[in-house]
Order: sequence, then structure tokens, then C-alpha cells
Amino acid sequence: MAVTQDMATTTTPGHRPRRKRWHRLPTKNLVVVVITVVLLVLGVVLSASLGQLPIGASQVAGTVFQALGFDNGAAPDDRLIEQTLWQIRFPRVMMSLLVGAALAVAGGVMQAIFGNPLAEPGVVGVSSGAALGAATAITFGLTFFGNWTVAVLAFLGGLITTLIVYSTARSQGRTEVVTLLLTGIAVNAFAGAGLALINFAGDTQSREQIVFWQLGSLNGSRWNEVLIVAVVSALATLLALGLSSQYDLLSLGDRTASHLGVKVERLRIFSVVLVALLTGVGVAFVGIIAFVGLVVPHLIRMLVGPGHRWLLLLSVIGGATLMVYADLLARTLIPAADLPIGMLTSLVGGPFFFWLIRRNRRKAGGWA
Amino acid sequence: MTVTTSTTTALTLDAVSYQVGSHRIIENVSLDVNYGEVLALVGPNGAGKSTALGLLAGDLKPTAGEVSLDDRPLARWEAKELARTRAVLLQANQVAFSFTAQDVIDMGRAPWIGTPQADQDDAAIAQAVAVTDVAHLQQRSFPTLSGGEKARVSLARVLAQRTRIVMLDEPTAALDLRHQEEVLRIAREIARQGQAVIIVLHDLSLAAAYADTIAILHHGKLAACGTPGQVLTAERVQEIYGTAVRIIPDPDTGRPVVLPRRQA
Repeated sequence: MAVTQDMATTTTPGHRPRRKRWHRLPTKNLVVVVITVVLLVLGVVLSASLGQLPIGASQVAGTVFQALGFDNGAAPDDRLIEQTLWQIRFPRVMMSLLVGAALAVAGGVMQAIFGNPLAEPGVVGVSSGAALGAATAITFGLTFFGNWTVAVLAFLGGLITTLIVYSTARSQGRTEVVTLLLTGIAVNAFAGAGLALINFAGDTQSREQIVFWQLGSLNGSRWNEVLIVAVVSALATLLALGLSSQYDLLSLGDRTASHLGVKVERLRIFSVVLVALLTGVGVAFVGIIAFVGLVVPHLIRMLVGPGHRWLLLLSVIGGATLMVYADLLARTLIPAADLPIGMLTSLVGGPFFFWLIRRNRRKAGGWA
Repeated sequence: MTVTTSTTTALTLDAVSYQVGSHRIIENVSLDVNYGEVLALVGPNGAGKSTALGLLAGDLKPTAGEVSLDDRPLARWEAKELARTRAVLLQANQVAFSFTAQDVIDMGRAPWIGTPQADQDDAAIAQAVAVTDVAHLQQRSFPTLSGGEKARVSLARVLAQRTRIVMLDEPTAALDLRHQEEVLRIAREIARQGQAVIIVLHDLSLAAAYADTIAILHHGKLAACGTPGQVLTAERVQEIYGTAVRIIPDPDTGRPVVLPRRQA
């Protein structure tokens, strides 16, 4: 086949526009969005209705519309119901949505920058670093940033550990993924020891608080905390979404991505900060909740493919959905008991992840 | 093709050295790469070919000397600008997630997003797909392709980038005979259109058949540089590669063919 001939005959463009195919909106993605959103809304209503004080779904909808300025007959007249919804259940539901979304996006970003679907904030040490920072604030009663102190220290802890891991795993401007994951293990062990030490040093009350929070719980979420998580995670998520096409290029490998104009090292450092923000702010208020950052992006990748714009967007919805149901289960599985949600996600997420590994290994291309 | 050297020089290595620790990988190499030409970088294993390509691509910063592109030092080029000027095909082409071959080729257009040239996206991709013979692979997941298929899809990505300089690091390594010849024919064709092509090759006969200039690296130094006829002498190849060869002219083209001498 003569090359010259091909060059001449193929300059006419294809009949379908091909540009940025992995960014366009296929019907399949739309279906996934619609189904996830329906599940999400259902989960929110269920989570607000169910509990020690059962409240009708119409009353839940009524009070929300009332608050939005639409007077309606469905809104509850009972003060107790009003208070239960607005002071206990709604902040908790909001917190579950936000933390779920933040963790899922953090996982998606981390997998993108390390080119490995096994990378997860917990694996690389962000979670335990953040835990160490937050535990320090709790035990020593630090308050120099007011309401934000625990969050700021959790973020700093996560950021410092991630930067340590990152700089250790980096040599000659390259990040070896294997070294990175191994360093993550060492850092996790060290942060775990630090956590144990602080636990040991603290009084009974802060010790209980730390243990409870190591297992993760959305119990007692307050509106001011919800606001902090909302602001930080919305900002970080928007920034991550803005980088999605660069994350796509990064999957070609560092050098090739840089040949296509990506400033790889700068992108990575910036993304590590985003991951520390997204993870740290969640960890600060609800404790360690594992596997969300691993399972959600993985499932979404299986549904809509690896393009990062859709992956991150759907991780927001998917993470929120997963977490609202996980919290619903944590609250209602055993009557009158609030299970630690981190334990629950690991209990379900662990075997699920195991199944994912087996399933993927059977396919050609392994983890791809 | 050559008008005047000053207007057609794409890349210049000016007394470039590259060393890691005390080990000198490239030592005092000066070399011009011209537009409209295919330059083949050859040499034994470990001679510094890929390092030289890394220096030309701007991946590595020389420890001495200077690399210039269009008479401007590489260090003064913006990453985006560079991506619109030179495309690089590496030896290993792995993709981390299950992007389709089509997605991977589309990514070659990324440097042009937001520029007037984005209008050429469809045409550039269609042409790249056609010349590399990968139309039937487009919907396949990249990680499931064979080594040769990956190499061709990656080549399509590089061609879709439509840059005036194209660098290929052993593009033929995983390819069968027909596709090897095709890749070199593509290289010839884009050079004919005025682009500068730099190819790292192992097969000396292949280099001789398609390159305008052959540069032989040996222990990090430029051992010879010139037309295939000038550079490929039996003595030189024998000395550098340490094995006896016979050079015979190709009966059709007259270009040198390098044959190792073998015991009967």
C-alpha cells in the first residue's frame, strides 16, 4: 500500500465529528447519571425519614419546600419533627453526601496521578496522616483556628505525609509507583504508631473520641461543620474537574504527557494538595472512611470508561449516593445503635474489592 | 531540498554532554537536524541513542552544551508551544486505563485545543489512522492490543499531533516486516512534506534505505554522521559493532545493505 496515495485520499474528514470523543456525552453516560441521581434522591429521602422517630417522606419534602419559600400543606406542624429533621438528620445527610463525594473524587484524582487504580488516599498515607493531625488537635485541645482547628490540622497532617511519601518515592523527576505504594505502607505504619502514642497520652475522654472517630461516624454532624466540608470539597472538586483532560493525557505516561504539553510534576504536586484537602476535610469531621475512594471511581470506570471528566463528575454523584446508603445502614441496621460507618464501608468494601481484583485479573490487560 | 542551512535547521545539538553521576552517557556531541530530512540515529546497545533523543525532545537537560530548536534554546520554549512543534514516539507505550485506541489517537490533538488548528482535528486524526493502518483497532481497548498494534496506534497519535518535528524511538521494534517498511515510508513521506524526522533504529539496512542522514553514536560520542553511503563502510561498522559485516548495494536502489558475515 502506497503511503503517498493514502495521504492524498484521506485528508477528507470522517463524517462524524471525532474531536474529544472521550469528553462528549454518550447516551450511556446520561442513563448512568439519571439512575444515580434517582438513587441519590431516594437515599436522601429515606435517610431523612427513617430512624428512631419515623417521619413521612411527604413531610420531609414538605419542610424542604417550606424552607425554600413554597408554603404547602405537607410540611410538618410538629416542632419535634421539625427539629429532628433540621438539627439532626439534615446536617447528617448533607455531611454523608459531601464526604462521600469528596472521598470518591480524591480517589479518582489519586488514581489519575499515579496511573494506578489501586492508589487510594488510605493506601498512600493521606488518611492516617490526617488522622494523626486531627487526633493531635483533639487530645491537646488545640483551638488556634477556632472551629477550623481540627480540619486544618487534619489537612496539614494529610498534606505533610503525602508530601513525604511523594518526595521519597520520587527520583530524577519521576515517580515510581511501586516505590510510592511501598513508602505509603511505611508511612502508614509510622502514622499509626503516632496515633497510638497520642491515644496513650490522652485522657479517657479524648481517647474515646479518637477511637470512635478512627472507626468513622457521621453521628452529631453540625451545620457549621457541613459548611466547612461543603466549601472545601466544592472548591477542590471544581479544580480537579478543570484538570480532567490533563489527567487523561497523564495515563499515556509521564514523558508522553509532557510531550503533549502537560507540566507533569506541577500537575502532580497540585493534585496531591487537592487530594489532601478532599481527604483531610472529610477525615477531620467524620473520621476514617475507607474504600469509598477506591470502589466508587472503579465502578464508574467500568460503567462509563476511563475519561476523567465523566469519571470525576460521576464520582461526585456516586460517592454521595454510596455514602448516604452506607450511613442509612449504619443508623438502622441494628435498632437503637449507631454502627461506625468506616467499619461498615470496610466490611462491605473489602470483599467487594477482592471480587473486583479477581474479576479484573481474568480479563486481558489486567488492571487496565 | 536544502536551500540554505540556516533556514532549514530544525534542531541543533551544540557540544552537548549529558552525565549521570560520574557516568557520561553523551559526550560532546554536535549535530544538526534539518527540516525535510530523515535523520537516523544508530549505534550499538548503550551507545546513548535514546538519551540523545531525550535531549533533543527536551526531556533531559544537557549537563554541558546547548540544544536549540529553530535557533532558540530548548529551555526557553513553553511546554505547550513545544508540544505544537515536536511529537515524540517512545519505545514503550503503555496506557494506564482502558482508553480505546481511538481515545489515545484523539489525545494527540490535545496541544491544539483552543487554537485555530483545532479545526483540523478530524482531518489529522483520519489521516493518521489511515496511514498507520489502525482503522480496525479504533474501538479496541488500548491495553488489550498486541505490542505491534500498540506501537502503530501510538504512531497514529504522534502523526495526529501534526508537528513540524517528529521523533521516533525504535518505532519498528515490535513490528512485522510489512509494518516496519510502512513506518519508514511514512517517515520518508512526512520528511518530503518538509517536516524533520529523527528515528532511532537498530536495523542499519533499514536506516540506509530510508534515511537522508545517518548519525552513529558509539560510547556516547558521535562516531560518524553523513549520508548512508558515506557513513556505512564495512570497516567502520565492524569497528563499532565488533562483528564482521559485508556492505553490498541494494540491487534496486543502490543504497547500502549491511549483511553480517556468517560461517557457512
